[in-house]
Order: sequence, then structure tokens, then C-alpha cells
Amino acid sequence: MALLARNICRVFNQAPLKSSARSIHVGATRFAETDVEPDQKLKCTLIPGDGVGPELVVSVQNVFKAANVPVEFEPYFLSEVNPTLSAPLEQVSNSIARNKVCLKGILATPDHSHTGELQTLNMKLRKELDLYSNVVHVKSLPGIKSRHQNVDCVIIREQTEGEYSALEHESVPGVVECLKIVTAKKSQRIAKFAFDYAVKNGRKKVTCVHKANIMKLGDGLFLRSCSEIAKLYPRIQFETMIVDNCTMQMVSNPHQFDVMVTPNLYGNIVDNLASGLVGGAGVVAGASYSPECVVFEPGARHTYSEAVGKNVANPTAMILCSVKLLNHLNLRRHAEQIRDALNRVLNDGKHLTKDLGGQTSTTEFTHAVINNLR
Amino acid sequence: MSDILSKISGARLYSSQLHKCTLIPGDGIGPEISAAVQKIFEAAKVPIEWESVDVTPVRGPDGKFGIPQAAIDSINKNKIGLKGPLMTPIGKGHRSLNLALRKEFNLYANVRPCRSLEGYKTLYDNVDVVTIRENTEGEYSGIEHEIVEGVVQSIKLITEEASSRVADFAFEYAQSNNRKKVTAVHKANIMRMSDGLFLRCCREAAQKYPSVKFEERYLDTVCLNMVQDPSQYDVLVMPNLYGDILSDMCAGLVGGLGLTPSGNIGLNGALFESVHGTAPDIAGQDKANPTALLLSAVMMLKHMGLNSHAKIIENAAYETIKEAKYLTGDLGGSAKCSEYTNEICKRVTAQTK
Repeated sequence: MALLARNICRVFNQAPLKSSARSIHVGATRFAETDVEPDQKLKCTLIPGDGVGPELVVSVQNVFKAANVPVEFEPYFLSEVNPTLSAPLEQVSNSIARNKVCLKGILATPDHSHTGELQTLNMKLRKELDLYSNVVHVKSLPGIKSRHQNVDCVIIREQTEGEYSALEHESVPGVVECLKIVTAKKSQRIAKFAFDYAVKNGRKKVTCVHKANIMKLGDGLFLRSCSEIAKLYPRIQFETMIVDNCTMQMVSNPHQFDVMVTPNLYGNIVDNLASGLVGGAGVVAGASYSPECVVFEPGARHTYSEAVGKNVANPTAMILCSVKLLNHLNLRRHAEQIRDALNRVLNDGKHLTKDLGGQTSTTEFTHAVINNLR
Repeated sequence: MSDILSKISGARLYSSQLHKCTLIPGDGIGPEISAAVQKIFEAAKVPIEWESVDVTPVRGPDGKFGIPQAAIDSINKNKIGLKGPLMTPIGKGHRSLNLALRKEFNLYANVRPCRSLEGYKTLYDNVDVVTIRENTEGEYSGIEHEIVEGVVQSIKLITEEASSRVADFAFEYAQSNNRKKVTAVHKANIMRMSDGLFLRCCREAAQKYPSVKFEERYLDTVCLNMVQDPSQYDVLVMPNLYGDILSDMCAGLVGGLGLTPSGNIGLNGALFESVHGTAPDIAGQDKANPTALLLSAVMMLKHMGLNSHAKIIENAAYETIKEAKYLTGDLGGSAKCSEYTNEICKRVTAQTK
């Protein structure tokens, strides 16, 4: 309830601001001022990630430089597939905890680790900072041709428990048990986050995605928690949908969805599915929230490692992440400037990367965005 | 598929051997669409004798409700069955009948071919994938408990035996249906031991079938790519939950569950079914679309080796849909179930003569 009270206050406090692009947990009071002194730079942790991450990050840095954005990055190379070069997790998480914001590429997660470790680096980072909520806003972009038009839904995913608990054991050779943990506390927390998001962003409906007909206790608990929280928000419509039906509806009629709240694995599935509908992993931005800090990262997590060094990756998702980041830091003018430039490039259709059917390289695309900064 | 046909000699058409086959008409629209299938089979002179059974739960000697023994005996004897949609009463104190049938006959693999139908326009017109789903364990093991209040632990069970069994089946299926590639769908980067074991079993099976291409893909990657370009996938093999999700998603790509057949392959026989609902709102009104059940029956014929009959019926159904003159309401037409059925029968008769 305390959480509820705090958030309601926040909503009222921020009412005069343009709330469209902002999300809840708008970090610390530190950014509450509307404008930052030009010479004062805001610090932001930067994790380029694996695969094409470093190339995309360079693209963002170049755009920031050209737009004169008062943000200073604190780069850390964090990687599970390249442990010798990787910075210690503690150092990185301390930096994020200090800066409260982070821009992150995708970390590759290998199928097995040499030390028999079950937790991936991503999981550890999320646990360490309690980044419990992943928000992916899937929206059709102008100028991008895809089968589905006007898709606009938000997927909110619990990402600290569920299937990603890394609790597994081989009872006898050839028989493996993998535990999925669902708790009432975390289910309620994510449900509350989803409803708060819906209220704050003027959304009408929250859909709880589950498989409670089969996993009666586990997903049942998640479903129950969502229904309980739903009662506190009478003005937001609440509905439930079984995950297999949800994916089927998503590909045939994605327009029926508004905000969706999901446990960990289903969120991963729906995120990627929805991203596929609007143009792929290269164009969808996302963010992970903890009560304290926000990590902005692409919405569909693919390292695209086969394209490393080829200069063909699409930086759109990463640039959109950086726009969200700027909005979060209250650097609205810069955010708008970059978003407009990006939209102009996409609308123009002359500079499209390979994934969108064009021939433009990553650097050329970045230059096009920079040239369109007004 | 056409390659298979060419291999089959016409001799089978005139085979006098009569196969017995169990039919579970099901609830709601089940009886109508089953009758439609029977009618079409008759027109095609398929050497099958139907044995219709009722699976309405009866109270067994142990006091629990369950499938009647007669139905179980029938399938055990015939080893093959066709089933319409069954209603699962919610909270009636007995297990879902679908689940019970699955358990009873050890139906370990669920096969669902999804193919774009010409004539019924969806956003995707190049879908031709087969999802093969492990059907006995995984996330649906049903082992769950509440450790303390508010903390639930569900166990996903992966065994080498079941994984190898379904992996072998997938390659076997690919080979006998002239499919080029099998993709193992997994999430071994997150569930390193359980999905890792499944993946290992697939790799081992792949070595036994060098003529079939094998690849491994993450579940999220498949979801992303499937909606962008479904043509890059062929046969997909995966654990229970992923299969459940992906098979429905693929069905969504081609127009829903009303058009996709499904087969369950087991140790003690095979059961083919339509996976759509019972549609009680249109039951008995001659409005239902029998395509899913008909295509399931066609799968059954192929499973029995009656390929030429299968091909004739399949083509008749596809052509009728393509012509779009007699489409049922769910496909945007106004034809009755019987009109659609008659049209298929007409085409089938013309072919069989």
C-alpha cells in the first residue's frame, strides 16, 4: 500500500509534464529540474554488450556528440562469452547504482558455462540491481514496411524469477528437474507496475498472460495476484489470456492488445513475437526498471553476432533506447530532436539497413540521422 | 509431398483390406464435422470401417470418473483413432479427457503441420512448417507445490528417454515426409541443464539421419523470425510448453485452429484430432467448418500408408477452398457445412472414378 501511495503522489506531481514518453519509477529527485545547465554533464553507465552492440553504441555516441547532448558515458565492457576482457560485475552494478541510468547492448548467453554456472550474467545483473520489470513498447514505426500496421502494445515482463531461476539438478542420469519459482510478492509487484504504467500513460487495458490451466499453482498464483491488483484500478480494463492463444491472437490480430503483463518466459516470447511484427529486433527499444534505476536496452534481445564487423546492423533500436534515456533524464529537447531525425530518415526510406530491405551500412545510417538533426 | 505420391503405386487403391478405425465424434460441433468426414471418406472409397465410441466419462470401479473401458479397448485394438473436439468441463472433478487419452495411450509426440491455404488469404502466404511437440513431460509434468504461502515451485521435468524418443520421431517424420530440415527449438542458454539435455538428445538423433539437415535455434529467435519470414523453417521439434505455444502461433499464421490438423503419435497407437473448440454456439446448425478434422483424417490416412486416398481427399479440400465458392462462415463464406462437404465429395468422386 505504501508503494501505491507513493506512486499516486508521483503521478500527481508529474501531471503537468508531458507524460507520453515517460515511464514510472522516474528515478531519483536528482533529475526533477526541468533543465540542466549546459556545462553540467549527466553521467550514464554504458555497457556495449556482445555481438553488434559495440557498433550500435558507437552510432549512439556519434549522434549524441552531433546533437551536443550533455550526457557523459561511463563505459564498461561486460561479457559472459569473453570473460577475460569483462569488467567485474560488481564494478558495473555499482556504477549503475550510482548513475541510476544505463544504456546497454545485449549480452550473449552461452548454452553452458565451463564452471557449471547456471545463472547467466544477465540474470546476475538483474538480481544484483533488482531490475524486476522489463518494459517493451512495440509500436509500428513510420516508413517501415511490415505485414502488420499500427501495432501499438506494451509488454511488461517480470524478469527476476519464474523459469529464469537457474535452479536445476539432475536427479539421476538422464532425468533433469528445472524449477520455476513464482512468488506472490513479485507477482503483485509486477502487476502493480503494469497497472501504474497503464494509468500513467493513458492506456485502457491490461492483459495478464498466463498458462494457469496447466500450471495451476504457479501461474495460478501469478494470475490471482494480477486479478487482486486489478481490483485497485477500476478504471483500467483487465483481461486474462492463455499464452498459446495470446501468441495466436498476436499474429492474427495484434491490435486488440494494449498493456500486457507476463511472467518471465512468456514475456520473452511475446516480446520477440511482437518485435517481429513491426520490423524485427533492430527497431524495438526496451527498458528494465528497478525501484532505483533504469537500464535501457533493445527490446528483442539478439546479439546478431553473425554481423559483427560487417557494418550492417540497424542502430534504430539503440537510438530509440537513447531517446528514451534522454526523456528519462528530462533532456526532452534533445530527445525530440533525435527522435525527429530518426523518423525523418525512416520516413524518407532512402537510408534503410539490410534488415529493412535497404543497402545502407550502420555508419551511413548514423550519418543520415546526424544530417537530419534540426 | 508430391514426391511421396509418385512413389506409391496405384495398387493400394484397390486393396481390399479393410482397416478398422476408432472414431470419437466429440461434443458441440463434433458430431456434424465427424459425419462430414465420414461422408467424404465414403465418397473416396477409403477402405476404413469406423468404430464410433462415446467417451463421456463414466464412474469407474474406483469411484472416479473416467473414459469408458469400451473406448479404451477400441483404440487399443485398432491402434488408430480420429477424434473431434471434446469439452473439458471446468471444475467437475475429473481430469481433462484430452489429457486422459494422452496418458492412456502414451501419446508422446504431437504433430501439427501448418500450411498456408490458397484461397484463404491471411497476411502470410508462404507458411509450410510442421511443429513436433514432446507431449508427456516438461513444463506440463504437473508437479507443483507451494513451499510456504505465496511461494510456488513448479517443476519442469526433462528426461533423456522422452527427449530422445521425440527427437528420433522428428527425424523419422522428416525423412519419410521428404522434409529437408529439422530445427530444435530450445532455451538452453537460460535452462542450461534441462533444455541442454533436450538439445543433446536432438544432436544425437541428428547424427543418425545424415540426410536431414539439423539446426538449433533459441525459442525467442524462432518467434521473432517466424512472424517475419516463416519460410525459413521446416520441421520444428521442441519440449512441451514451447511446442504448445509455437504450434498455436503457426496456426495463427495460416488462419487459426479451424484449418490446422493435428496428430498424436504414441507407443500404443495414434490419435488424430482437430484442436479447435467445440463451438457450442453454432452446434447443430450446419455451420461448422470440418476442414481441421478432415485434414487430421488425411494425416491419419498417410500414417496408415493409404497415401493415394489421402492425396485425393487433400487435393479436393484444397481446391474447394481455393475456388472459394463454398466456404463456411469462419472463412468469410456463407456455405453450410453440408454444402462444403458435398462439394468436396463431388471432387473426390470425380477423382476416384
